[in-house]
Amino acid sequence: MPDARITVPPSVPRGKPFEVRIIVRHPMETGYRTDESGKSIPRNVIRSLSCRYNGEVVISAKLSSGIAANPYLRFFVTAKESGPLAFEWVDDSGLRGSDTASVTVA
Amino acid sequence: MTRRDIRPSSPRRRLLQSGVALALVPWVPARAAADDLPEIPALTAFLAGRKPRLARVRLTLPQLADNGQTVPMKVVVDGPFTPAARVTAINLFSESNPVPEMAAFEFPAFVERIEVESRVRLAASQRIVAVASLADGTVLASAAEVIVTIAGCMDGT
Repeated sequence: MPDARITVPPSVPRGKPFEVRIIVRHPMETGYRTDESGKSIPRNVIRSLSCRYNGEVVISAKLSSGIAANPYLRFFVTAKESGPLAFEWVDDSGLRGSDTASVTVA
Repeated sequence: MTRRDIRPSSPRRRLLQSGVALALVPWVPARAAADDLPEIPALTAFLAGRKPRLARVRLTLPQLADNGQTVPMKVVVDGPFTPAARVTAINLFSESNPVPEMAAFEFPAFVERIEVESRVRLAASQRIVAVASLADGTVLASAAEVIVTIAGCMDGT
């Protein structure tokens, strides 16, 4: 199962903003919970998530335990050229993730 | 048959009427208070003396959240924007969460439509503040109040 699901429109008109949605599979562990034996579960949230469109950073998000598990983000990007929309993220445990969608500009 | 006990001026009826009136009154100040920003130390530190204008930012959260673990949140900043006066960042602050800086979204490139949607965790009923910073130094903000029936963050369920 992939770690993320990215949704972009099948084709976008040049110069217009288009909607991008992403859901990353991640527990966003707050660090305030305990396991069955009463030991506290260490915090592990996605600290930062960024998106590059044709190599240019279009959004860079800093997240915290205040973002729900399986973080979801929806935002807009201005269509320029067809190309990749590349997401990258890193969590507190140092685990890095990435996923890419391709954008077709009509 | 006389029914003296329910005539309009009976003490019981007047008591009921005043009870209804009292129940309605608190809503008016609560709505007025949503127009200014709550006192959040992290927000004060972030603003560093700048006075945000309470305009153009629309922060949408449900008025009543059944489950604080996942609450839909949407921020829209009304344009039009120019490259000189574009939105560079949106910061979200929480009044009662253990981590007051909920999220920050930075826009290094010019986007003419600023709209961010996500899902947040809320530890208690509280007010959330969205601050939008523009490239020309303008700071805009908006607050939204959410009543949370089951708190997020704290418990394991």
